[in-house]
Amino acid sequence: MNELTIILGILVIASAVAAVTLRNLVHCALCLMATFLGLAGMYLCLDAQFVGLVQILVYVGAVGILLVFAILLTRGGGKELSPFFSSTWAVGAGLAGLIALIFITAILRTNALPPLLTDPSLPSLLQIGKRLMEQDVIVLEAMGLLLTAAAVGAIVLAMPEPSPKAEEEA
Amino acid sequence: MTSLQFFLVISALLFCIGLGAVLVRRHVILALIGVELMLNAANLNFLAFARLGPHSNVMEGWMFVVFAIAVAAAEAAVGLALVIAIYRRLRTTHLDQMDSLKG
Repeated sequence: MNELTIILGILVIASAVAAVTLRNLVHCALCLMATFLGLAGMYLCLDAQFVGLVQILVYVGAVGILLVFAILLTRGGGKELSPFFSSTWAVGAGLAGLIALIFITAILRTNALPPLLTDPSLPSLLQIGKRLMEQDVIVLEAMGLLLTAAAVGAIVLAMPEPSPKAEEEA
Repeated sequence: MTSLQFFLVISALLFCIGLGAVLVRRHVILALIGVELMLNAANLNFLAFARLGPHSNVMEGWMFVVFAIAVAAAEAAVGLALVIAIYRRLRTTHLDQMDSLKG
């Protein structure tokens, strides 16, 4: 734990709080992207270069842009934001705070955490590729299938529905 | 506080911020943002234990996180397509107004 990880941790928590409390949804999405960038930095601090770069590519690049598009496409549908938080917001916030308190107390007071490993052997990119293509190849193929199904499903869901007249003609 | 505990505390805070967003905010996209935050908190936990945990097999944690990111990307795509489809039909993005299935 050095200064860099502490700064990144503060950045991650602050931008996450901003992402869920701001009123403007576009600002929320941009703060969320800052959270993802900070998390990618933390992954780099944990010596996981490959995962950190995947995080930047997938989350900051794809999911963030997708969120901004969805926000812009669904905007202007009336004044539905007038009840900004739900009426039972105190219950939800209290529950989340209580769970955070329990987690943090448990983490700080436990003595079940393993002793720190000072210098594990870090796998190289070559080893990651070999692992993905040999041991985990079934999982990789299943993931490709899942992503294809998700992409096709998303297109079908977002397609404009055929009008009743067109259905009668067909 | 050891290094591992620091990462676990950050991850726990991130998870609870996401949980609070899902419970408190009434906008569909904000609820999805909360789900994404919770998934990222889990990923941070995996990486922290992989790097700082007791065993030397770092790769297991990395692979788990890479596949979790892929599943999260699929979830985000389908979730946002659902948001757009519901918006087109009901003209709302407010969770309280999507109660057609409520008994």
